[in-house]
Amino acid sequence: MPGTVLTITSGKGGVGKTTATANIAAALASRGEKVVCLDADIGLRNLDLVLGLENRIVYDLVDVVEGRCRLRQAMIRDKRLPNLFLIPAAQTRDKTAVSPTDMVQLCNELRQDYDWVLIDSPAGIERGFRNAIAPADQVLVVTNPEVSAVRDADRIIGLIEAEEKGPARLLLNRLNPALVREGNMLDAEDVLELLAIDLLGVVPEDESVVVSANRGTPVALDANSRAGLAFRNIARRLLGEDVPLMPLEDSGGLLQRLGRLFGKGD
Amino acid sequence: MGWLDRLRGNKNSARQAKDRLQLVLVHDRTDLSPGQLGALKDELIEVISRYVDIEPQAVEIQLSQSGREQYLVANIPLRPTRRARR
Ligand SMILES: Nc1ncnc2c1ncn2[C@@H]1O[C@H](COP(=O)(O)OP(=O)(O)OP(=O)(O)O)[C@@H](O)[C@H]1O
Ligand SMILES: [Mg+2]
Repeated sequence: MPGTVLTITSGKGGVGKTTATANIAAALASRGEKVVCLDADIGLRNLDLVLGLENRIVYDLVDVVEGRCRLRQAMIRDKRLPNLFLIPAAQTRDKTAVSPTDMVQLCNELRQDYDWVLIDSPAGIERGFRNAIAPADQVLVVTNPEVSAVRDADRIIGLIEAEEKGPARLLLNRLNPALVREGNMLDAEDVLELLAIDLLGVVPEDESVVVSANRGTPVALDANSRAGLAFRNIARRLLGEDVPLMPLEDSGGLLQRLGRLFGKGD
Repeated sequence: MGWLDRLRGNKNSARQAKDRLQLVLVHDRTDLSPGQLGALKDELIEVISRYVDIEPQAVEIQLSQSGREQYLVANIPLRPTRRARR
């Protein structure tokens, strides 16, 4: 059975696409799926860093498309997760070096050998976005619970529909449970009601995301991280499991929950 | 935010965010600004008045939505007809 091409995109930049791509890929691979990630953010490559594979790049996406190397040569295998591969973006070219047709052809090839092809899209509504969604079977829109990110998400959801790649699903990233509780952050329900699309998962704001990015080890591999658990749940939902959302109130771990019980809050 | 504010419930910025987004998204999705909607309403009143007697002040034109589908909803009360029916 050919694999699934899942494109991870957003309207606003910096909302967590690369983080989500790396972690969903790692979570899928650790469940035994064969996964290849494609960094489509040409000129601003980052997925290699987040995955900790930056030192092993020889060829990139543009080299493949322009025929300077074979597809296999551009694929970097993760040493921790032998089922996980990366095709890095070119750093010194721009988005016009690749066309939507190139992406479709490349993904048709990758689909034959991999269960999942995850595409890390650049932000925005330009060529890079069109490249990233052209081969998609499924589209995941990442946003934050914040006014401009939600507005831009709505715009991109409309464009995905117009390109007949919908319905997109939502990943709400960086939700801060304490802020939601005090009424100063949009809740997942609010965002879903506004955007009127299905939710794939909610990832809490979590320092461990920054720490793991520093180290180049995806947080999804960290058994103690809340965000890691959220990404693992998302991977399970992609595999068709019915996994309930993790409760907001649980966000602090046992000690903090006890603290709250005694009126300290967090 | 302190517990006093919380009790008063007057600092709920999430509520404001949601209300503001609700309005802005409706217009983003249709590419219709509030100003254009006003102009549309004026022209509609003008056209309809050529055929039936209406009360311009009572006319309501709104964008509404169901899921991601947008609708233009017009509420145009007619004046009771003065011509006697025989
Ligand atoms: N759940 C989270 N908790 C804390 N920090 C996060 C979380 N998700 C992402 N971040 C941080 O936010 C920053 C932006 O994330 P990331 O690079 O994944 O966004 P992006 O959407 O790929 O950005 P770009 O549009 O520039 O490609 C990073 O520093 C990342 O570590
Ligand atoms: Mg990125």
